[in-house]
Amino acid sequence: MREVAVLGAGQTPVGEHWDRTLVSLAGEAALEALRDAGLDRPDVLIVSNMLSGVGPGSQLNLGAQIADWCGLKGVEAFKIEAACGSGGAAFRAGVHAVGSGLVDLTLVVGVEKMTQTPSTVTTAGLATAADADTEAAHGPSFIALNALIMRRYQHEYGWKHEDFGAFSVNAHANGALNPYARLQQPITHEDYREARMVCEPINLLDSSPIGDGAAAVILVPAERLVPGGGRPRVVVAGSGAATDSLAVHDRRDLLWLAAAERSARQAFAQAGVGPDEIDFFELHDAFSIMAALSLEACGFTERGQGPRLGLEGAILPSGRLPIATQGGLKARGHPVGATGVYQIVEVARQLWGAAGDNQLPEPRVGMAQNIGGSGATILTHILRIS
Amino acid sequence: MHAPGSALPEILVAGVGLTPIGEHWEKSLRSIALEAMTAAVEDAGGLRPQALFVGNMLAPALSAQTHLGALLADFAGWRGIEAATYEAAGASGGIALRQAVLALASGEMDRVMVVGVEKLTDRIGSSVEAALAAAADADFEAVQGLTPAAQAGLLMRRYIHEHHVPEHGFAGFSLTAHANAVGNPRALYRRAIRLEDYASAPMLSDPLNLFDAAPVADGAAAILLTRGDRHRPAGERTPIRILASAVATGPLALHDQPDPLGFEAARISAGRAMAQAGLAAHDIDLFELHDVFSIYAALALESAGFAERGQGWRLAAEGEISRTGRIPISTLGGSKARGDAGGATGVYQAAEVVLQLQGRAGEAQVPEAQVGMGQCLGGAGATVATHILTRADRL
Amino acid sequence: MEVSRHWRLRQQRYALVGEVCPHCDVKIFPPRDICPDCGREARTEYQFSGRGEVYSYTTVHDAPAGHEAYAPYTVAVIRLEEGPMVTAQLTDLGDQPIGIGTPVEMTTRKIGEDGERGMLVYAYKFRPVLRPA
Repeated sequence: MREVAVLGAGQTPVGEHWDRTLVSLAGEAALEALRDAGLDRPDVLIVSNMLSGVGPGSQLNLGAQIADWCGLKGVEAFKIEAACGSGGAAFRAGVHAVGSGLVDLTLVVGVEKMTQTPSTVTTAGLATAADADTEAAHGPSFIALNALIMRRYQHEYGWKHEDFGAFSVNAHANGALNPYARLQQPITHEDYREARMVCEPINLLDSSPIGDGAAAVILVPAERLVPGGGRPRVVVAGSGAATDSLAVHDRRDLLWLAAAERSARQAFAQAGVGPDEIDFFELHDAFSIMAALSLEACGFTERGQGPRLGLEGAILPSGRLPIATQGGLKARGHPVGATGVYQIVEVARQLWGAAGDNQLPEPRVGMAQNIGGSGATILTHILRIS
Repeated sequence: MHAPGSALPEILVAGVGLTPIGEHWEKSLRSIALEAMTAAVEDAGGLRPQALFVGNMLAPALSAQTHLGALLADFAGWRGIEAATYEAAGASGGIALRQAVLALASGEMDRVMVVGVEKLTDRIGSSVEAALAAAADADFEAVQGLTPAAQAGLLMRRYIHEHHVPEHGFAGFSLTAHANAVGNPRALYRRAIRLEDYASAPMLSDPLNLFDAAPVADGAAAILLTRGDRHRPAGERTPIRILASAVATGPLALHDQPDPLGFEAARISAGRAMAQAGLAAHDIDLFELHDVFSIYAALALESAGFAERGQGWRLAAEGEISRTGRIPISTLGGSKARGDAGGATGVYQAAEVVLQLQGRAGEAQVPEAQVGMGQCLGGAGATVATHILTRADRL
Repeated sequence: MEVSRHWRLRQQRYALVGEVCPHCDVKIFPPRDICPDCGREARTEYQFSGRGEVYSYTTVHDAPAGHEAYAPYTVAVIRLEEGPMVTAQLTDLGDQPIGIGTPVEMTTRKIGEDGERGMLVYAYKFRPVLRPA
């Protein structure tokens, strides 16, 4: 497969965009990415979104709708969905399209609008990522499924709840410096300890906020870009995808993200690197327990030791493995179907040196991992300067 | 006829599986999909895919289920393989097929499964109608009470007005589809109909009547594809190759289309596909078009170049679309009589082209079929996916 | 209203009927036709005992649509004694403390309502095994 480069990016702030339609949010990010790349028109438009098809008031055919809004007459366009893993799946589809040689310019846009429905409807929408017959029917919300995992994890490894606080404190500190982030207030460890329980043992500051937003990237054949002058050339060094059972109770091992391990290994192998060579990691911190489990499954620390990376400060911008560098899901926000594309935008911005106040000192290799449901679809991408 | 080239590397069909379309109250969405996938795997001699591409549009609305990729991969016993869902309303199946083609062309995988599945019968009543209407523009069309049938009715009325189509001018599409379905044991409706049946059918959305519209029901179709340079299908059947794959879009709302009767996205999609394949309309031996409404069949034939603008209805009236006609369509019944399984349709169409090209269509066989085209529509032609398949020994 | 879906699932929901794999003897719930362990066909019916233990649990306060009338309620992952795990609500908790490892048994209760006309949906729930006084 020929090498693929990320040429441009665009994003909207994550927030409550009650005055914007979903299509106009997507269009804003898409057009900004095209401008950033200096292009008028892609060959293919790939839309990632999770909730638009869930009733009532559903909208199908988003690909065509967004293409039309952007003035891209006749362009190839469609939507891809893998629950909250949609963004990563869309990016991977874009990489394959350009990598195949059959398509040259691909525009990937992730968009979600989810803050204007009553919370019971949003919660039911998010629950569609679980197994409708054997999980969702019995009433666990998405938070509840993660709470079940976190409780068992604490039971087996002995971590106290406060040991997870570093994930949240770090994310919020970084989000405070990101103008696109939904939450821009730093928090303290005391704030974390005193936050109200939402679904025991998960408290409010363990959980990422939903939001409306759109993010977009442009993919091109790497050979089209001549390095030198202007931005560094950022290429996709590795891409991995794997799935697991939808239902948490069907996992072979409830406390191990097998799909994260599998997809990360694929990405590492393609990129010819291991965990030690990753300069920063945009992981899927929908909940603090997911952050811990992701770090373990990808080999950044041993099984059951995820919280230790937080406690030791390894995850801070000054640490050996910065995570959630622009707020992560926890503070930048989690507009579910769009999140995976936000992660790629953030990795690219770091590598380009365009991450503003969140800029890390000269990173060269960044990793992004996007999770659908409670770990049933996991996409891992490694980007690097070339 | 000139020697066709193709921009695609050699992508072969290793196996196909199709379930009957109908109201399968006793089967779940996942079991219907499994039925089709298992049949495709068996047809391929037991080959296990490395990735799963799902085409579906209504599961989130009617089954409260997103995340079908991982769900179906796990249910089929392939836990761990990559999987995702592709959606473009009624064109979802064609999109899933297109993405599988691109993924194989990238070289990152050798064997993939494409499955189109739809289950309408988890719900009953108006929520089903509302879900089907979601392919149109929700804010500006559906909110006005516009249904898919109404969109088609608007187009049909305009077409009849512009091209002076006589009464019952579209009947041939329905009559042909039903006649063809007699030879398809998996079809939803297997009885031929007469002109009187068509003429006396109740109005659905004036001037579109009940027999101008396809029934939508449950079903699943699956196709296992491989890269020819890494895996040759076993057995004695002629391998079938995907020669072309092209997708195009246009505005959702009819009122936003500069020339609604031009069926522009279909014209672009079919044109790109034929250019990729190095073929012209006269090279196509059968066309599984998306006859969810008879007007779309006429427009699909015109926009693909089988008839002049405004003359597509004549192909049906003059018998040119029958199995022995100039351009056979709906050869196993089409959406009209085989049944329309929503987002699964694009995969049914491609699988039926495979059966025809391999001489496996039984009583519905189109004689000496070498090249077939499949085309599915999302909305009123807002998204169009076209594929051209050929017998590999034809090249 | 999802009438046919609830009807299809009744054997699993009312009676905890699953499958046993004829090849590797693994017990499967819910029934699924392909054994998740060995990958071969599995369609032999198997009746579970209904006994198990709490693998993990949590209490839901922000309920999804359809369940809001019953909030707060406790949801758990239960390890059935035959091996498979299920997600289910806990019931009849009374004053008994619930913890990881608490032995439970299956019972059938209402788990929610479906649709505006409120079709009642019943399924398995689990209650602590009663200890003799």
